Amino acid sequence: MAARTLYEKLWSSHVVHEEADGTALIYIDRHLVHEVTSPQAFEGLKLAGRKPWRVSSIVATADHNTPTDHWERGIEDPVSRQQVETLDANMREIGSLAYFPFRDARQGIVHVIGPENGATLPGMTVVCGDSHTSTHGAFACLAHGIGTSEVEHVMATQCLLQKKSKTLLVRVDGQPGRGVSAKDIVLAIIGKIGTAGGTGYAIEFGGSAIRSLSMEGRMTVCNMAIEAGARAGMIGVDQTTIDYLKGRAFSPKGELWEQAVAYWRTLKSDDDAQFDKVVELDAADIQPQVTWGTSPEMVTTVDGRVPDPATVADPVRREGMERALKYMGLAPNTLITEIAVDQVFIGSCTNSRIEDLREAAAVAKGRKKAANVKRVLVVPGSGLVKRQAEEEGLHEIFMAADFEWREPGCSMCLAMNADRLEPGERCASTSNRNFEGRQGAGGRTHLVSPAMAAAAAVMGHFTDVRQLS
Amino acid sequence: MMNPFTQLDGLVAPLDRANVDTDAIIPKQFLKSIKRSGFGPNAFDEWRYLDVGQPGQDNSQRPLNPDFVLNQPRYQGAQILLTRDNFGCGSSREHAPWALEDFGLRVLIGPSFADIFFNNSFKNGLLPIRLDAAEVDELFLQCEANEGYRLAVDLAAQTVTRPDGKVIHFEVDAFRKECLLNGWDDIGLTLRHEDKIRAFEAQRRAQHPYYFA
Ligand code: SF4
Repeated sequence: MAARTLYEKLWSSHVVHEEADGTALIYIDRHLVHEVTSPQAFEGLKLAGRKPWRVSSIVATADHNTPTDHWERGIEDPVSRQQVETLDANMREIGSLAYFPFRDARQGIVHVIGPENGATLPGMTVVCGDSHTSTHGAFACLAHGIGTSEVEHVMATQCLLQKKSKTLLVRVDGQPGRGVSAKDIVLAIIGKIGTAGGTGYAIEFGGSAIRSLSMEGRMTVCNMAIEAGARAGMIGVDQTTIDYLKGRAFSPKGELWEQAVAYWRTLKSDDDAQFDKVVELDAADIQPQVTWGTSPEMVTTVDGRVPDPATVADPVRREGMERALKYMGLAPNTLITEIAVDQVFIGSCTNSRIEDLREAAAVAKGRKKAANVKRVLVVPGSGLVKRQAEEEGLHEIFMAADFEWREPGCSMCLAMNADRLEPGERCASTSNRNFEGRQGAGGRTHLVSPAMAAAAAVMGHFTDVRQLS
Repeated sequence: MMNPFTQLDGLVAPLDRANVDTDAIIPKQFLKSIKRSGFGPNAFDEWRYLDVGQPGQDNSQRPLNPDFVLNQPRYQGAQILLTRDNFGCGSSREHAPWALEDFGLRVLIGPSFADIFFNNSFKNGLLPIRLDAAEVDELFLQCEANEGYRLAVDLAAQTVTRPDGKVIHFEVDAFRKECLLNGWDDIGLTLRHEDKIRAFEAQRRAQHPYYFA
């Protein structure tokens, strides 16, 4: 058989039917559900008198709207509460493989709970009404973010209508320097290819620097494939993948485990597989990254400066930069390390796993929040992450540094709950989007790694984390 | 059943920005609704109004931003929006096309669209048209220079016709085109293949039982 990419293997093993123009029906193995994008889909299903096709494919949680403190008070915002209660009612009515409601010990961000419970397994197609579903591609899954009409479509038919993407290999070889994390790698990739660089492609991340990442790091990288315009990002199976999954709640057991592992080991691109496009980066060149604008591609290194739009010839790009700098309240040529922050957010489906919290804690240890920083939020990705961090004593390090240790959820990644920036406030954030208003109307977001966020928190301005250790 | 789309002769408005993201199209405070409709008055909320919008407000009482292009009197009632690269980037939330449709738009024309947004648009009777950047540039120039600028869009013929008579061809997937022309509901179409799905599922279950725990 001809050499195939991982994407081709995943695609061809799920095609149920294909139209003449290449539009295909793809079978869906795992459907992750949360409260924001599902109510209209459940309603549509009911109105049409349709039944869900396979409820055991569904894993659900409430994450976007849930508060991250004072859980004993419930959800105080009535509109948020209604959305969460609507999910509760829908899950009660139709059932699921697992539902982790508000305040459950395993509740958390939908992209954190899937993998940590072994509900995301190699070779699966995974969908969720959320663009960061690309995260699950770290497990050699074909994982797509979908819209609400598609959520309803998957519920009713267990299939998704898709056209095959082109393939893009992003190969990162070499040894990343000290203080350079998975987040810096993926921001550097987006800086290089742009936010539309992956549009129309499924990205596979490969190369020795990717291979040497833990599963947490790989999830961070795949999480942001969507910020490069690609609907799916993925990484082939290796021993790291298999070791991570062993013994998780929904991972197969006994003989089934052996059978699964034998299949999973085939889930990587063949050596001479051809990609439509290849982009290469040398990990040794990657420095800690900080975004300066309102799109993830507006990124530079911590030792860099805010760029000057006057040096850009293309008028659309120049105006975009000018608008971004105005919104961000930044002057051209400002040193990144001179930018002071008002708030720091450590969390989100990009960087809220145990390893991220360990990296942040290593910087926070023995230090204190700078006086000019109003608030530092540390929001674990799930109840399980929170418990693990507490077992390791990380929460004590954070609290001793005057950081706030919160309950799990999306929190200030998108500010649908009470955690948000005030207009004009500047934030060092480990999340994935620095769009205008993303963390609160008028708020200014700079995307960084967990270690860089902690460094900004204790210094009061962006600081090269390598100078702190 | 969604709204079919066949032809449209509509007023055009220019939104001269690249990377217009879904949070800009409909800010998240409005996503808490459990309905599909009513998002139009809050489309582009942060650019359109001078205050910070909250769900449930009377939007007619809010101060409009006179600098925002879609607030200009000459663009009121526009059904076609010109945009720049990567329109609709960001979230998968269908609230973005719901808001644009509710706002009165039926066609978007730009050099590129974000993938999930592009998909979602078709499912809501909103037609995104990709044209060459140079063509889009010309449309921007013409639109800004001529008050009351209109374009005629014909989905069956896959053409955009300018007032000066120039006809621009655009590409669209055959399957999506059929669905949009007829207003077909995807789920109904897919369920015609119910037997095939069942057979596929049974075979997958036999071969890979660990996915069906
Ligand atoms: S953490 Fe942020 S990006 Fe991730 S699912 Fe929640 S809102 Fe979306």
